[in-house]
Amino acid sequence: MNYHKELEAEARKIITRRYFFKECGLGLGAMGLANLLSGNQAFGEVVSSSNPLTPRKPHFAPRAKRVIYLFQAGAPSQLDLFDYKPELLKFDGKPVPAEVVKGQKYAFIKPDAALFASKFKFEKHGQSGAEISEVLPHLAKVVDDIALVKSMTTDAFNHAPAQIFMNTGSQQFGRPSMGAWTTYGLGSESQDLPGFVVLSSAGGTSGGAGNWGCGFLPTVFQGVPFRRNGDPILALSNPAGVSREMQRQSLDLLREINEHHLALTGDPEIATRINSFEMAYRMQTSAPELMDLGQESKETLTMYGAEPGKASFANNCLLARRLVERGVRFVQLFHEAWDHHSDVTGGVKNQAKATDQASAALIQDLKQRGLLEDTLVIWGGEFGRTPMVETNAEVGRSMGRDHHPQAFTMWMAGGGIKKGITLGATDDLGFHIVKDRVHVHDLHATILQLLGFDHTKLTYKFQGRDFRLTDVEGDPVSALLA
Amino acid sequence: MITHFRWLTVLFLLTSATTSLVGQSSKSVTSATPSAVDFVKDIQPIFAERCYKCHGPTKQKSDLRWDFKESGLRGGKSGAAIQPGKASSSLLIQLVSGEGELVMPNDGTRLSPAQVALLKAWIDQGAKWPDGLDPKGIDPREHWAFKRAAVPAIPKVKDSKWVKNPIDNFILARLEKEHLAPSPSAKKRTLLRRASLDLTGLPPTRSEIEAFLSDDKSDAFNRVVERLLASPHYGEKWGRQWLDVARYADSNGFEKDATRSIWPYRDWVIAAFNKDLPYDQFLVEQIAGDLLPNPTLEQKVATGYLRNSMLNEEGGVEPEQFRVEGLIDRMDALGKGVLGLTLNCAQCHNHKYDPISQKEYYQFLAFLNNDNEPIIEVPTLTQKSKRSQILNDIRALEDELLMKHPELTEKMEGWVKTNQSTKGNWIVLDPQTWFGANGVKFEKLEDHSLLATGDRSGETAYSMTAPVSLQSVTGFRVELLTDGTLPFGGPGRSANGNVVLTEFKVSVVAGSDGKTNDLVLTNATADFSQKDFPVAKAIDGDVKTGWGLDAGPGQNQDRHAVFQPVGEVSAGEGTLMTFNLIQKFGNQNVIGRYRISVTADSKPEADPLPAKIRRIVDLSPRDWSEDEKRTVFSFYRTTLHEFEDTNKKCADLLKEWPVGTPSLVLAAKPTGRTTHLFKRGDFRKPGDVVEANVPAFLPPLEGNSPRNRLTLAKWIASPVNPTTARVMVNRVWQSYFGNGIVMTSEDFGTQGERPTHPELLDWLATSFVQHDWKLKDLHRLITQSATYQQDSIVTKEIEETDPYNRLLAHGPRFRVSAEEIRDIALASSGLLSQKIGGPSVYPPIPDGVLSLGYGAPMKWETSVGEDRYRRGMYTFWKRSVPYPSLSIFDAPNADQSCARRLRSNTPLQALTTLNDLVFVEAAQALALRIFKEGGKDDPERLSYGFELCAGRKPDATESAKLLEFLQKQKDYFEDRTASAVKVSVADPTKIPEDVNLHKVAAWAMVSRILLNMDETITKE
Repeated sequence: MNYHKELEAEARKIITRRYFFKECGLGLGAMGLANLLSGNQAFGEVVSSSNPLTPRKPHFAPRAKRVIYLFQAGAPSQLDLFDYKPELLKFDGKPVPAEVVKGQKYAFIKPDAALFASKFKFEKHGQSGAEISEVLPHLAKVVDDIALVKSMTTDAFNHAPAQIFMNTGSQQFGRPSMGAWTTYGLGSESQDLPGFVVLSSAGGTSGGAGNWGCGFLPTVFQGVPFRRNGDPILALSNPAGVSREMQRQSLDLLREINEHHLALTGDPEIATRINSFEMAYRMQTSAPELMDLGQESKETLTMYGAEPGKASFANNCLLARRLVERGVRFVQLFHEAWDHHSDVTGGVKNQAKATDQASAALIQDLKQRGLLEDTLVIWGGEFGRTPMVETNAEVGRSMGRDHHPQAFTMWMAGGGIKKGITLGATDDLGFHIVKDRVHVHDLHATILQLLGFDHTKLTYKFQGRDFRLTDVEGDPVSALLA
Repeated sequence: MITHFRWLTVLFLLTSATTSLVGQSSKSVTSATPSAVDFVKDIQPIFAERCYKCHGPTKQKSDLRWDFKESGLRGGKSGAAIQPGKASSSLLIQLVSGEGELVMPNDGTRLSPAQVALLKAWIDQGAKWPDGLDPKGIDPREHWAFKRAAVPAIPKVKDSKWVKNPIDNFILARLEKEHLAPSPSAKKRTLLRRASLDLTGLPPTRSEIEAFLSDDKSDAFNRVVERLLASPHYGEKWGRQWLDVARYADSNGFEKDATRSIWPYRDWVIAAFNKDLPYDQFLVEQIAGDLLPNPTLEQKVATGYLRNSMLNEEGGVEPEQFRVEGLIDRMDALGKGVLGLTLNCAQCHNHKYDPISQKEYYQFLAFLNNDNEPIIEVPTLTQKSKRSQILNDIRALEDELLMKHPELTEKMEGWVKTNQSTKGNWIVLDPQTWFGANGVKFEKLEDHSLLATGDRSGETAYSMTAPVSLQSVTGFRVELLTDGTLPFGGPGRSANGNVVLTEFKVSVVAGSDGKTNDLVLTNATADFSQKDFPVAKAIDGDVKTGWGLDAGPGQNQDRHAVFQPVGEVSAGEGTLMTFNLIQKFGNQNVIGRYRISVTADSKPEADPLPAKIRRIVDLSPRDWSEDEKRTVFSFYRTTLHEFEDTNKKCADLLKEWPVGTPSLVLAAKPTGRTTHLFKRGDFRKPGDVVEANVPAFLPPLEGNSPRNRLTLAKWIASPVNPTTARVMVNRVWQSYFGNGIVMTSEDFGTQGERPTHPELLDWLATSFVQHDWKLKDLHRLITQSATYQQDSIVTKEIEETDPYNRLLAHGPRFRVSAEEIRDIALASSGLLSQKIGGPSVYPPIPDGVLSLGYGAPMKWETSVGEDRYRRGMYTFWKRSVPYPSLSIFDAPNADQSCARRLRSNTPLQALTTLNDLVFVEAAQALALRIFKEGGKDDPERLSYGFELCAGRKPDATESAKLLEFLQKQKDYFEDRTASAVKVSVADPTKIPEDVNLHKVAAWAMVSRILLNMDETITKE
């Protein structure tokens, strides 16, 4: 779907002052978040919409109406979490056969490094019999609700480009992220929160702000990072000494002055600015309310392992549920903590401990609230890790794993994803994919398909070209669709 | 997407599928020769039916199309397909007749013998192809923007009284055609604020307003424009816009996103605008300043334009991949920002819409592929004179020494002779394998040295294995070498080119099982060791200590150390040795380039002469230049302890040597690189070698000009280039009116928007070139037009017919840029620093923002003093964590070139101007200013404050409302001292004594309103 025409028509309709007064009146409190953007004439048609976040229908009936993406940045070791390779035990400590690594390049290790078997036990779980490492005991309990994809592959083998690729479909910075494409396509159901919210635990991400950027799409579709401490949204609190009542009085006066000027100049952009201020005022209440985990029951907090006031992945999972409940379209959690070049065993154990319970709780919680049906949950990093060991005494690295774009594992749940399946397989050493390869472009095509889009038709014209999330490739993975 | 093989290759690949058909008709080709062949009747239908599919409107395989006369007669990648008059030697006939292995068409069905005969006859009869048969409006080469602009006729208009200069003729002619009337002139206040924002990005001061209002002369406004053009802030305003195009940032981008120092380039841009450097020269210096004859330092700094590309220093990267990505980014920047072409659409395949083939893309890229990417040191003017002073002082001291001791000249000759034998006999080893821990990668150079690239941030260890054919080894020499790619030349990779080698280890690989014997090393010597970092520390077994090279500012040069093994080391044919260079000092103090040599000399020691002295000493003293002689003497005297006094004086002088600012520049490599086409744009899939050239649809390069960046730069900045001037004047127009005449200012190609006023665009472009590409003349022209000076009030009629004001029936009205929103708040409140240029600054940033960046959050030491209140354009720009209050107002991220900004209008923006610390401080300062300077009573004060923000006085309604609000606030704060303090002052420890804070607090609330008014952040 290309919204240029639609948005332009809408813009032309609403851009006149009379329309503004007629449709919306001056009781601006009633106007939704939807009115938050209408950048003057920049880019002419698209930005000048009065209402770019109005909920919109996709190309066909969607299976998922919203997305929670648990981005495991740094690239978790699939070999220690999901992709069990008993053969590796046999070859543990021996050099990898030359024919397996022929022509492969690695970021840090020499291609002839020794193979390295996982130290963890794996067992089959649930009716589906999905094989999962002992460090994910909570996920093990919900395996029948998720689909494991053991045959993911990507093009990039350094963190920043790979994260950008996973999030935007291009290794080059400057393209819109998945969340931006989604809100561009669907708008948002939320009346007083941004349509695309970003939460982060652990470190900052390699890809930085580009991971949730809007690229050439209007800024309103960009992810808004909610902060862990202080105001969740930048500049949300009034300056010291300014009460909410004073803020209201100030905004009332500001509105009157702006309306007065609108009447004199006739520039409809002023009407949009008035709406922006009103929306900002509402955000000042809705965002702190959202962040207040104290409203949750003790059972819920225990289920996630969340503690109000503490910054954690668990809190973010719970916040994600609260955000989608309030109509936010796309919530993306970044947990940048999986880059285990050394001591992968200890590292994976710690990070599994920090994330497993809450990830599984999110599935259960969404399920019990009837939200899982149409909420797509995605878990995964930017690439995988090598079956070979990374060791370099000179720089203090031992028993780690290097970057491995050839094969890695992700999981998805809800929102039209087939339950309790494991898709794809790698060879005996976990090196290459041998079955049902799923490329990043295919993943994107699948996500858009679940959201109701033909991925080849959700486009935006820029620099003379129709851009899309999947670039010029990608096929939806039908085996994943329920 | 068209996959790009050579034409013949495609044919070859397809041959196997069509072999069954080959030969079938080879005999029948000789059938009856038709008489006079008619192209339209006989030939064109064959082309249309059988050839257009691959060589026509949608595809042009092998760059060949049969629907255009020019292309058909010229041929494609395999050369001419037709030799008029000689059918038998025409490639076309060879292919369609199946005489060779390759056959066309390649879809499995051959041309009929009759068709082949027609083609043969047509060619034999001279291949007559009548003119005028080319499809109309399809050939992208005919696109308007690809033809050089001619000076258009100035249209006649009915309302000629309205016209002030030719711009108005073009605008009014169109309005009259649409039955629209232009708007009346804007009020003087509006016009002044508009021009001030347009030319300097700052609102007018009260005295400037007063001066203009009281100036009744007819040229009053013109003199305002002259004043603004002469303001140093003009360069800031227009420089900032160029920096969007130049994707300027203060960090490298990607994961590490390390700080880079390239602000000298930013300052060069500001200065270039201020001195009105002609735009053609402006471009030439940025693209190839280093290649100009005797380039100045400034001209070298200008090439920072190309260096503004992002750089991935993430651990474990393949440096070549990101070097290539940098080139692609430069192509994109030149395309979007300078040529108005979407060049990058041809990176993976032929451009789908514009006539740029993939080959042409890489031919263009070949101009940019021959450079080193150094960081040079840029001294300021003061530093430069200080340096000459130091050199003169040293020279004077040396002269004095020579005067007092004339015998020194002769003595030095003796010293030189003795030292001609101290260098020893060294065999440079040829590295066989090498590896860098922590993701460091190497390039092996011709002199067998290894040049480090990739990550430089962490501790590392370099290992290198090489065959050693000497029978017996008595010493190892490590040379740490300078290189154009290293900071300040190296030899290290730290910011000043330093390095610390913490341990050096050698082991002999014994036998085929790969076992190694570690050697014990002793007697370390070096030509130089940094204080507290003696070379012996490199073999003391302690990785916390090492050999350092820092000899002080300006002393970057090749260095070497020699180590002797303990006991006899026998080697010889088949012996491999591994060398480990451990570097744990951190802070990027790692080796940039090194090589290792061995010797069999007895008890070898390091040549006491540094390499740069050795090079001169090895020449015959008779051949020395005066400079060389002096260089040698300067070194020689340091070896003479009896002149300790002079030596110390000289050394002390050198300690004062001022270190300039590093800046990223380009510098041509002595020998260029070979450029390949990358299949599907993938650097791992090099295809054919290409030669540097410009796309064929644009004017060719001049005759024999060398295929280098300078030639490219001159070609780009030439009046014959059809887009260069148009693109720039269009972007200038965009800045004034909100939209370009071509709205897609980055794309003048066939997919770009058509110009709303094509003749005006051409008139502006040609007049720009006629005025020697002087931008200030263009500004005069635009600001003096009636079009520009119109009121910006939007009437109902215009709203409905031209909602985006493309026809300009009224003046521009739109929100100012992100930086200007900050600048206006600071200027109105009196906080703004007027300082131009210098290092980027760190205004307050909200807590937690920097932790969104990778790794340990960057240290953001909030600037103090006036640097806290600099213009927005000087804010340190970190790509992975852009400064929020600028980013929120659509400042581009600088990940790539940006030719036009979005202008959004969001609640996050409202929160920023209401609550962000910078704006809160501005409101407080404005309140204090109003209170102190604003006049005798509240109405006067209000009027004063309003004018500071909006450039006009409030009307009665506004006054009444604001004063009523003020009274309410006064009442509120009257008995709330604590709140009043919080609202009125940023720092409660610095409460001004001389004012009533209760009242200032009330004014701070009013000021907050004033700064948030739509009008304050809008150019009207």
